[in-house]
Amino acid sequence: MRIVIVDDTGLRASILEDGLAEAGFDDIHIVPPRGGFVARIERLAPDVVLMDLGSPSRDTLEEMLVVSRALARPIAMFVDQSDDAMIGAAIDAGVSAYVVDGLRKERVKPILDLAIRRFNAFARLQAELDEARTVIADRKAIDRAKAILMKSRNLSEPDAYALLRSTAMNQGRRIVEVAEALITASDLLGGAS
Amino acid sequence: MTRISAAFLPLTDSAVLVAAREKGFAARQGIELDLVRSESWATLRDRLVYGQVQAAHMLAPLAIGVTLGLSQHPASLSAPFKLSVNGNLFVMGAEFAAALDPDIARRIEDPVATAHDFAAAIGLYRRKPVIGIVHRFSCHALLLRYWLGYAGIDPDRDLVLRVLPPSLMGAALGAGEIDGFIAGEPWNTAAVQEGLAEIVMVGARVWQRGVEKVLAMRTGWMEDNPDTVDRLLVALDRAASWCDEPAHHDELADLLAREDYVGRSAETIRPTLTGRLVVRPGEAPVEVPAAMLFHREAVGFPWRSHALWIYSQLVRWGMAEPSPEAEDQAAAVFRSDVYRRALAGTGAPMPGASLKVEGALSEPMGVGSHSAGLTLGPDRFFDGRVFDPADIEGYLATFRT
Repeated sequence: MRIVIVDDTGLRASILEDGLAEAGFDDIHIVPPRGGFVARIERLAPDVVLMDLGSPSRDTLEEMLVVSRALARPIAMFVDQSDDAMIGAAIDAGVSAYVVDGLRKERVKPILDLAIRRFNAFARLQAELDEARTVIADRKAIDRAKAILMKSRNLSEPDAYALLRSTAMNQGRRIVEVAEALITASDLLGGAS
Repeated sequence: MTRISAAFLPLTDSAVLVAAREKGFAARQGIELDLVRSESWATLRDRLVYGQVQAAHMLAPLAIGVTLGLSQHPASLSAPFKLSVNGNLFVMGAEFAAALDPDIARRIEDPVATAHDFAAAIGLYRRKPVIGIVHRFSCHALLLRYWLGYAGIDPDRDLVLRVLPPSLMGAALGAGEIDGFIAGEPWNTAAVQEGLAEIVMVGARVWQRGVEKVLAMRTGWMEDNPDTVDRLLVALDRAASWCDEPAHHDELADLLAREDYVGRSAETIRPTLTGRLVVRPGEAPVEVPAAMLFHREAVGFPWRSHALWIYSQLVRWGMAEPSPEAEDQAAAVFRSDVYRRALAGTGAPMPGASLKVEGALSEPMGVGSHSAGLTLGPDRFFDGRVFDPADIEGYLATFRT
């Protein structure tokens, strides 16, 4: 069975590809949705096309499915059309699939289940990555603000931090917001930091 | 509070939904309106058909296409409210546009002459022009076909029509993948302001009052929740009235510019709202009245004749098989009865009929209505054709001669 993954997020596509390979599928092609990508899909003549539901290029793909003479008429499907919960899961996970009409459902379902799991795994990974990046950025800002306070007000590090924290509490803001405001103000005043 | 989710695409004509939420019109009707930004019509359709949202800002022909089973995931959809009239612009890269009338005001004033110029320019161009459209079931594509068909152009034979999302049109034009495109605003104005394109046709000049986006719902959900639907329509009617008011255009442009809505600058969004269109980069704007309408002239009223005109064009271009059943189904997507029920007694001007002959008014006309003060705007087609919904076959025959 030939599977095409339309995606330009390299990481998500390879997470999905690895999963499909582990499950024994070996005819997998990744096509980024740019330029004449539909012509490439048409040439590949896949049995299943998997695509990120959030991709703006879905309309381009669907138009190709309507006009293509080379492809058997694929239909859009969400795992099991009769199961609303599964459809919801697929939409939430952001997977859309086009399956050549007539392909037996039992053969397709494992692929779609797997795609959903892998898309979810990617989304979790992405969220963790974003969170980690934010934490690092926050810590850097707070460290810089502490350094400014230590230097300009002659405070110890714990006191500088305590001052940032009490200011944040008094103003109902996050510590990092106070730190960023301080850094901006210090930069504007030409202060060393 | 009743919670309603509505899907939309980042376009200027999502204005009424955005204003209904942001200006409190929905809340005042006891509705907590969640807006779900979608990046493609396919995803907006899936969210609606599978009940992730209860309503959607939809291309009118797509609502009909889905109902007639012409799109993926067929379902019975209903449109009890129109979100906008007019607003489409057709832009071409400067190289192609050079073959058209260099007087930009005259070029868009006279779509008859420009259609002929366009036809002549096709043969002189270095390749078959590649035109970006947003969807086969879009008013934009039907309007483009209508306009060029007048000059003897068969869009399926003489052009390459390529479906692209509006947000990628400018980049595709810049990269030479397409030679021009027709999309909803603000994406045309964005391409002009970036110096990539010029306006060659204004939708409001081809059909003075052209149907555009509708509020679509699943028919079953709409039937099961009449009270919620009525309150939502009242909220949207008031939001539409707010959007139409020139004094609010700056605030509306700022709202739409937000990253979670359209995500383009207010300077790019404003020209269509105010009807002062930038036709060519760096030149003075051209005044186009009624460039995009939200409320006056009972814009929200879903005329069944609008649905039938769309059906006639789907048949004309071979996208739908004609049959009495399909004709009835298409007309029934536009639920003027639900609009009437919801807005009765609110003071909203109410047309007495649900069908009208389209293209017959060259001047504004007061019409008999349940409440006072309904004036319909001029609604002529640029070629002078008149669409009588009672004789679609006769209408279609005029295109075959």
